[in-house]
Amino acid sequence: MHINIEKVSHQYETKQGMLPVLKDLSLSIKRKGFTAIVGPSGCGKSTITRLVSGLIKPTQGSIFISNKKITSPLSTVGMAFQNPVLLEWRNVIKNIILPLEIVSKNMTYNQKISNALDLLKLVGLEEFENNLPSELSGGMKQRVSLCRSLVHSPEVLILDEPFAALDAFTKEDLWDVMHKLKKERDFTCILITHDLREAVYLADQVIVLSGRPASLQYDVKTNFNEEKKISDLYSSEVSQLLATLRNQIEIAQNKND
Amino acid sequence: MIRINNFIIPLFSLIIFCLLWELLVWYNNWPNYKMASPSDLWPAFWKFKHLFLIYGWETFWRTVVGLILSVLVGLSLGILMGFSKTIRIGLYPILVGFNAIPKATVVPVIALIFVGMHNMNTIIIVILISFFPICVSISIGLSTLEREYEDILLSLGANKFEIFYKIALPKTLPEFFGALKVSTTLAFIGTNLMEIIEPHGKGLGHLFDSGKISADYPLMFAVLITLAIMGIFLYYIVVYLENIFAGWAIRK
Repeated sequence: MHINIEKVSHQYETKQGMLPVLKDLSLSIKRKGFTAIVGPSGCGKSTITRLVSGLIKPTQGSIFISNKKITSPLSTVGMAFQNPVLLEWRNVIKNIILPLEIVSKNMTYNQKISNALDLLKLVGLEEFENNLPSELSGGMKQRVSLCRSLVHSPEVLILDEPFAALDAFTKEDLWDVMHKLKKERDFTCILITHDLREAVYLADQVIVLSGRPASLQYDVKTNFNEEKKISDLYSSEVSQLLATLRNQIEIAQNKND
Repeated sequence: MIRINNFIIPLFSLIIFCLLWELLVWYNNWPNYKMASPSDLWPAFWKFKHLFLIYGWETFWRTVVGLILSVLVGLSLGILMGFSKTIRIGLYPILVGFNAIPKATVVPVIALIFVGMHNMNTIIIVILISFFPICVSISIGLSTLEREYEDILLSLGANKFEIFYKIALPKTLPEFFGALKVSTTLAFIGTNLMEIIEPHGKGLGHLFDSGKISADYPLMFAVLITLAIMGIFLYYIVVYLENIFAGWAIRK
């Protein structure tokens, strides 16, 4: 499913009056594409995730998924956040089947469990299906959260800084998990992140947003390799790309001042 | 081993408490009309054992029924206040003001409105005194649910009801049980307020009052200890339920 964001402006009501966060933002994400969105803090990146998932409606403009205008939440979308928001009273496997309880009410319990187990194996947590979230590490919780966001086979996956709170090595592990999931399940993905290396490593397109109110500032393809490896991040080609992106972020930050 | 410890340790602390109490009375050489000692209690209890059984049961069932009803009242109000900001800001001043009124002053009012309906009067006082902590904890638990918890279900097109029973309600259970423990002990205060202030010739409160009239101090103390034991018993029933329904929230 391709996603088109067309001339979207959005503002929030605050105590100090209206706060515009997005202004005339237009971008398109191709079918099965992986797009990372970076930009200064508070520039409205998370607003984009809430708009695309249909949780809020834009003040102006429209968003289309496969040429269909989004007016309310779609069951073909999966979401994961920085906070894994696992339900502490459910064990791992029952956390993962939660979306199926909403969107696939006719599916048998065993079918739900087997769908969840397939994903759990992909992320390497099959031994932990009966553990409670409180017994897992931060990285493990995030893996479970990713499984949950994919269990109903969504066609669009929206990731709002899911790896931001993890340590560097766990992060890199999860990047590879993400590559694996993308290869196996093939969905269209939007990743919000502050980490330029993460954006470049995971996505095939990186978009830099300007400071608030945000619009499209810079757009670059990052297909530097068919199969990306962590070591690629240290090549001169990628270093160049990272430097360009860093420079763009600085330009965006200055606009904010 | 853990199960045995859970029983032995509280028992041990109870024995030490009684010994210190006995020692205090013995050391000061207080007569039992000043302060009864644990060794005075058993004879007093034994002398009136039939009354203790009858009155104890009366106090107990009224407390339990009142507590169950206050859970229903507290839950319903808490759910309404948790989901609607308008209801919340509208009801809070009334509830807080009402809770600030000493319940002893409400007893004669209730007793006058429902003259002669002793059981109902007592149960009403129990509800009035016990529903508040439950109501507040549920409303806070529901209204402070993090946005992301709602988002994971809302983004799938779930309705309000599904969010409530799949996420909001189970997530609020630990707070609910915390409040229920407070309400359980408050409930006994409610029953005894009614039984002592407006004596109907029923319940442990009445037995306490008779002890007061006949200056039978060991009897009064025996009543208090019986109430304490019933309170502990009910408290552990709540703990048991908490372990079943909200055991995930208890740190091992």
